Amino acid sequence: MYKYDEIDQQIVDERVAQYRDQVRRYLAGELTEDEFRPLRLQNGLYIQRHAPMLRIAIPYGLLSAKQLHKLADVAKKYDRGYGHFTTRQNIQLNWPKLENTPDILAELATVEMHAIQTSGNCIRNITTDQFAGIAPDEIVDPRAIAEIIRQWSTFHPEFALLPRKFKIAVSGTQHDRAAVQIHDIGMEFYVDTNNQIAIKVWVGGGLGRTPILGVVVREHLEWQHALTYCEAIIRVYNLHGRRDNAYKARIKILVKALGIEEFRKQIEAEWSHLKDSPNTITTTEMARVAKHFEAMPYENLPAHDASFDAAIASNPVFKAWVKRCVHAHKIPGYRAVTLSLKPHGQPPGDITSEQMHTVADLASEYSFGELRASHEQNLILADVKLSDLLTVWEKARADGLATPNIGLLTDIICCPGGDFCSLANAKSIPIAQAIQTKFDDLDYLHDIGDIELNISGCMNACGHHHVGHIGILGVDKDGSEWYQVTIGGKQGNDASIGTVIGPSFSAEEMPDVVQKIIEVYLKERNADELFIDTARRIGVAPFKAHVYAKEGVGA
Amino acid sequence: MSNLISLQNDSPSVVQDEWTWVKLPEVQVEARKQAGKVVLFKLTGENSVSASQIADTVIPASGKIILPLRVFIERHSEIANRVAQSEVGVWLATHESLDDLLKNQNDINEFPIVAIFVERFADGRIFSLGNLLRSRYGFKNELRAFGDVLRDQLFFLKRSGFNSFAVRADRSAKDAIAGLHDFSRPYQGAVDDARPAFNRYHRGT
Ligand code: SF4
Repeated sequence: MYKYDEIDQQIVDERVAQYRDQVRRYLAGELTEDEFRPLRLQNGLYIQRHAPMLRIAIPYGLLSAKQLHKLADVAKKYDRGYGHFTTRQNIQLNWPKLENTPDILAELATVEMHAIQTSGNCIRNITTDQFAGIAPDEIVDPRAIAEIIRQWSTFHPEFALLPRKFKIAVSGTQHDRAAVQIHDIGMEFYVDTNNQIAIKVWVGGGLGRTPILGVVVREHLEWQHALTYCEAIIRVYNLHGRRDNAYKARIKILVKALGIEEFRKQIEAEWSHLKDSPNTITTTEMARVAKHFEAMPYENLPAHDASFDAAIASNPVFKAWVKRCVHAHKIPGYRAVTLSLKPHGQPPGDITSEQMHTVADLASEYSFGELRASHEQNLILADVKLSDLLTVWEKARADGLATPNIGLLTDIICCPGGDFCSLANAKSIPIAQAIQTKFDDLDYLHDIGDIELNISGCMNACGHHHVGHIGILGVDKDGSEWYQVTIGGKQGNDASIGTVIGPSFSAEEMPDVVQKIIEVYLKERNADELFIDTARRIGVAPFKAHVYAKEGVGA
Repeated sequence: MSNLISLQNDSPSVVQDEWTWVKLPEVQVEARKQAGKVVLFKLTGENSVSASQIADTVIPASGKIILPLRVFIERHSEIANRVAQSEVGVWLATHESLDDLLKNQNDINEFPIVAIFVERFADGRIFSLGNLLRSRYGFKNELRAFGDVLRDQLFFLKRSGFNSFAVRADRSAKDAIAGLHDFSRPYQGAVDDARPAFNRYHRGT
């Protein structure tokens, strides 16, 4: 993974000093609340319901064992001994003290970490596929370019105070796992007819109050121009985005208002001035950064391992875990492993300091000292030998990290919601827990198969409910908490936004509502048909009919 | 004590202002609302200056003046000879269009100063405007930020081409100077140094 040189380190160290002074001035009354807000947000610090919340950046989801050990220690020392992985591959601490945040960041800087631009109206953490570099369907490893974009976007002077937050995702696979279509800019890398790396640029996607899928603004962009093309897009947005209304301030609204033709015209006109300007990526810089992402020193292994095959044959629990949590790898004899942060009944994405140490140790021992966070809020060991899988499973299981539910109904994507977030309309974690508890039977879960259930506590859609096969959104009705349900959302190449099935439900009703939705699917599905395919085929009507059917009427 | 920071060769100092900022006459405008909230930022391109404001603006008869863009355009005949004597600069607000400036002035380097008024510090349009004036339109003279200008934005303003900063009146310009040097070796190329770090330094291969 990318290792800082002295320039990177200096920027992070100077940031700590700058932020420390900002906190000092705020506490001394030299900065007003309004003046301090954007400063602290651009350093990941929210003021939450109970305490501040600090969001720490994990660029494109990549972490070293050393960094995770440090996060574990920081969570222990300054917080309540746990952290929460977010849907943007970052990690949040829910209970730090404002006065301690400069020290936390100073500690993190010693392991090349920071909280720069994890919130606020600026370019946020660059996200990508959690299997980058090892996925069999990968065409281009997007991590080098993601790192180059990270550096370019860090304290970009022109884009320091945008109309609204700005999210960029990069992907280099056949099957999009980076959700490029729901980002302000999505960059899809491919190899063009001249055998050169090129980018298909998506723009104007986003969830929130007005969910919109992105559109292609450029089919073909040579990789060298990734930064200058982004500059053209963001400059037009910075000047013309709707600053008068926070709900209309994302770039998606501008793209919609102008229409993609006109928008494209403006971008191209802007870019004609910026093309080939000094921020054009050089081959030298690409090579320098790409070196950090070279293939791991893999052993030459056979495609099969007898001990692994034997364990599968004799141990059905291990087998079930392998089926859900172990993924293909492009190198023979290796697999990627997802460690589930979704044990039933726990807040999705939460992890204790002890578990962090366990995962970090597993990474050191079995996966070249690195791991990844996924936007589905799980952790991944990307390079595990087949022959080590059984041991990894045993150790992970001993620490509650081996729930075999990846991709299943209980692998819920869930935002912190009303338990922590001051913007929330409703709690989301207890809904996730109640659903997990109701669907605690693993055989039943496996029978239901691949399905994505996403929960957000409000319109901001941090839990990506619009693109959940089943989406749940917390809404406020006269001061009480209700939940609106959508069906048919999907992430990936054929992304779609879910359709609302009808009036909202109370928290107590939610597990049964999900149950009924599942019943319809089980009844209607063709052999081997996945939930989303059934939902797309039959539409929402049958679900609606069953969920809202009056029981016992006229009995 | 002056609140004006002048930056020369990356060396800042607090200086006396030799320019008079010509304001538009104040008018009562009703607060607008969007989605239940008072609108804080004007829309880019929105016409915010009335004909009577332009007519009523008091232009000092002598001395160096910075005129509102609309006044400069509409009452050009009154000040044309002073422009030639380098006594006139213009200012525009972050929602106003540079096109209007460029359409009405052949050579913007005839202005010894262009100033951009930022009503709220969180309005990042000022950075793009500075960048465009410098890198696209070749403005070489004093480029000033004034209005809600605060220490924590100075670094970005500097990198966007500004070399003069009228810090908000209730804050110390002397303290704010520190903000100009928050970071020593920024990553990306910008107006103050077009080269990104990967071209500015040897970062290995
Ligand atoms: S979706 Fe709403 S409630 Fe959930 S974390 Fe985001 S802002 Fe908070």
